[in-house]
Amino acid sequence: MGEFLTKLRKDKIGIVGLIGVLLILVIGILAPVISPHDPTHTFNEHRLESPSSKFIFGTDDLGRDIFSRIIYGARVSLTVGLISVGIGAGFGLLFGLLAGYFKGWVDNVIMRIMDVLFAFPDLLLALAVVAILGPNLTNTMIAIGIVFIPVFTRLVRSTVITVKEMDYVSNAMSVGASNLRIIAKHITPNILAPFLVQVTLALSSAILTEAALSFLGLGIQPPDPSWGSMLNTSRRFMELAPWTAIFPTIFIVVTIFSFNLLGDSLRDLLDPRVKKE
Amino acid sequence: MYKYVIRRVFYTIPVIFGISIVVFVIMNVIPGDITSIILGTEGTPELREQLRENLGLNLPLYQQYWNWISGVVVGDFGESLRTGAPILPEILSRFGLTLELTLLASLIAWVIGIPFGIIAAIYRNTKTDIGLRIVSLFGVSVPNFALATIIILVLSLGFNYFPPVGYTSLFEDPLMNLERLFIPALILGVSMAGSIMRMTRSSSLEVLEQDYVRTARAKGIKEKVVIFRHAFRNALIPVLTMIGMQIGFLLGGTVIVEQIFSLPGLGQYILTGIMQRDLPVVQGSILFVAVIFVTINLLVDILYAYLNPRISYD
Repeated sequence: MGEFLTKLRKDKIGIVGLIGVLLILVIGILAPVISPHDPTHTFNEHRLESPSSKFIFGTDDLGRDIFSRIIYGARVSLTVGLISVGIGAGFGLLFGLLAGYFKGWVDNVIMRIMDVLFAFPDLLLALAVVAILGPNLTNTMIAIGIVFIPVFTRLVRSTVITVKEMDYVSNAMSVGASNLRIIAKHITPNILAPFLVQVTLALSSAILTEAALSFLGLGIQPPDPSWGSMLNTSRRFMELAPWTAIFPTIFIVVTIFSFNLLGDSLRDLLDPRVKKE
Repeated sequence: MYKYVIRRVFYTIPVIFGISIVVFVIMNVIPGDITSIILGTEGTPELREQLRENLGLNLPLYQQYWNWISGVVVGDFGESLRTGAPILPEILSRFGLTLELTLLASLIAWVIGIPFGIIAAIYRNTKTDIGLRIVSLFGVSVPNFALATIIILVLSLGFNYFPPVGYTSLFEDPLMNLERLFIPALILGVSMAGSIMRMTRSSSLEVLEQDYVRTARAKGIKEKVVIFRHAFRNALIPVLTMIGMQIGFLLGGTVIVEQIFSLPGLGQYILTGIMQRDLPVVQGSILFVAVIFVTINLLVDILYAYLNPRISYD
């Protein structure tokens, strides 16, 4: 761990990513403290106002403060990201462990189901799930979570299969350690590094998918603030009021970029296959 | 090799079958009575019952599935609940546009991604490499709808140019067609170029460390020849496998871009279908896209096996 931190400190790109991620986290957590206005309050006499000292990012078509909506939007993005990746990673871990450890028919059944899920382009699968469940916050998280299950299942399964071949695991088996103990003590710790990298990258893609679904009007519903849906509404008047489009765009891009920078560095640092000289 | 191809082809059959079941189940657990959506306020209980009867909604699910899939196999995807138009001809005519968009975007992505990936690998760990790494990650991080917003804003505010909205067929007016599709394709292509560049870079690095490359250098062959004749032919093999994944990425991505630029492609058809709860349309088009996706992956796998002699066919 210490060695890892020293390495991370040397990786400037990773540090920039980490700072970006922490910043968004702080903004999301402290949203009620930072935001000057209620994100859903409509100032009727201040519609589509350009940035001023009262509304530093301007107001939208209903007279809502864009700055406050962006701050609360960070909360929405992070919540969707964390919970949907949690769903995907949790089920993926479970299915991957089962498939990789027990092999045989368990493996076959699980992996064929994953093949089928993998056969849908991500956004289409999420769209289809939202179409059934109806667009709202919870269903957006479920839909994105389902998209991630096959990704994590494949990752965990392949790691388990590699680790299982190692001598110390077969030793543990030969001295009669229980399956549960072997999985918990010997296999899970080995999965952690690639798993962590995948989680970081999945977070960025979950935030992106949420924004995309909301942009299409099938994610977070108004008046709840979401960067994607803010951008969607702004399309109608963005040539006249560019601030309604510019600020959500900046926050979406910076957030996803930060997660990607961090994930990319973590991959280089944690993946033994990409050792730098 | 021959055996491998046969086995791989047979292997996709259960996957396609699985897909059809998933699509069917997804679309049939949608809460809400479809008949009341179609009939709206004019629906009396009798009319609804009659419509349910006509649509076969009173049959058990497995029988409904059978009716649907046996039609699909012979090319009958049913009719739209909204317009009554048969679905497959509509899918096929719209798929042309989506395919053109996808191919144009891929072309743009390769032209940007592959050369820069190779440059990054040659100059690894220099400022050039780090700069390209950041730029490519940035490209991956900008969602296509955000990029579209930026481009439209810059063009309209900065240059007073409003990208044309709507569609002209390639056969009607090729130049106009290209003008309509270029910006949407560029947007899709740029987001994809980043990942192609990264893949090209890492696979090139791996190849450059191989013994045969070192041997070639030791023999005194010119660096250019080593790089282009010995290294990159092999480095591009893994890049090839990405193509399959990217087609899926694009087929999803076109939904957004077609929506923004009002292009009547398959993505727009699916989205309208979802918004209007036109289930047969959504069911049929998603099945169509998934099958195309699986087929492309199959072809890529076979091509990969053909190009890479190390892969085992058993």
